[in-house]
Amino acid sequence: MAADTNETLVVPSVHAHTGQGLGTGNPADAFVVEPPRARTKKTPRRTRTNFEMLAWLFMRLSGVLLVVLILGHLLIMLVLDGGVSKINFAFVAGRWASPFWQGWDLLMLWLAMLHGSNGMRTVINDYAEKDSTRLWLKTLMGAATVFTVLLGTLVIFTFDPNI
Amino acid sequence: MSTPTVEKHSAALDAAEVGGVKLITVTLRIRRFNPEELPDPVWVDYQLEMDPKERVLDALNKVKWEQDGTLTYRRSCAHGICGSDAMRINGRNRLACKTLIKDVNPEQPITIEAIKGLTVLKDLIVDMDPFFQAYKDVMPFLITSGNEPTRERLQTAEDRERFDDTTKCILCAACTSSCPVFWNDGQYFGPAAIVNAHRFIFDSRDEGAEQRLEILNDREGVWRCRTTFNCSEACPRGIEVTKAIQEVKRALVTRRF
Repeated sequence: MAADTNETLVVPSVHAHTGQGLGTGNPADAFVVEPPRARTKKTPRRTRTNFEMLAWLFMRLSGVLLVVLILGHLLIMLVLDGGVSKINFAFVAGRWASPFWQGWDLLMLWLAMLHGSNGMRTVINDYAEKDSTRLWLKTLMGAATVFTVLLGTLVIFTFDPNI
Repeated sequence: MSTPTVEKHSAALDAAEVGGVKLITVTLRIRRFNPEELPDPVWVDYQLEMDPKERVLDALNKVKWEQDGTLTYRRSCAHGICGSDAMRINGRNRLACKTLIKDVNPEQPITIEAIKGLTVLKDLIVDMDPFFQAYKDVMPFLITSGNEPTRERLQTAEDRERFDDTTKCILCAACTSSCPVFWNDGQYFGPAAIVNAHRFIFDSRDEGAEQRLEILNDREGVWRCRTTFNCSEACPRGIEVTKAIQEVKRALVTRRF
């Protein structure tokens, strides 16, 4: 909460009044924040779903799981058994021969993508100023998420080590 | 957890405290806005001789009474109870009547501006209607069923303790207007409304908790909270606002309250 003193003019008190009377005469020129919570036609309708609660819970639970999954992943990939130098096609093929590592990677892919995109959804909700911008950004992000998740899932399940 | 009132302590001011009244020169830098005069807000500097042990509200009064009568701000009780004079002093939301000049570094100009996120009408006065609309929307009154008792509705000291913290709210809007989510999304209920819902949700005598929780379960309800803690920091009554919001969230998940 820093004071943003730089954006507006500083004037001494003797010059506080311009004596210009009614400014430009156009109230639309005035610097006014749009009143919050205004009930207009565009005001979102009240929903009766638990979506926001489930999204919030998902963030907490997936976050806890992701800590384990990602730290384990990084440990295996970067630290144990000679670190990153051991990673090659054979290493990946060997891992994905086991249903356990297939499941690990699948879970990590889904949780990380959904966790990340839900976080981005809240960021877009906060920062997009126009409703149309918000819709477009969320559509693009949703498309990217679906594409990545589906492509990753396809690769995990159809991976052919004899390629 | 309320905003620490001491920003910078100076030896000169300590000396002033020991002796009698020693006036110092204070500069108030007030963000003034009068749409009938200028379309944009301007910062106006006022120099005054003040006892540093006086409050920022006294300085504002001095400006209004002795220098410029057009300065506009709200104040009623001047003792931190009515909640009229919440404003941004040196970039933090505080009550002008609870902030001493010596505690906000008077060696620099003291910046004073209207609380953010609400429409400024003139100078330090904002339109509080949307704030009170959110307050009304959570039904801040006792909801019961059955016959009225002929005497008080009794409850144990432990039951009273459960929501004691949130009964302290004076509806000054310091918390709601310090919330970055509220700045961006004016449809959000804001901390103050949730605090006042909490006060009834956790009251053992009240039977409207389900209804209030359902209202706050909406898109613009408690789930918008990012636990930034600005509200807890801003509250002049020291209410643990973020904790209250988290308790409402937990009540929504577990349905226990």
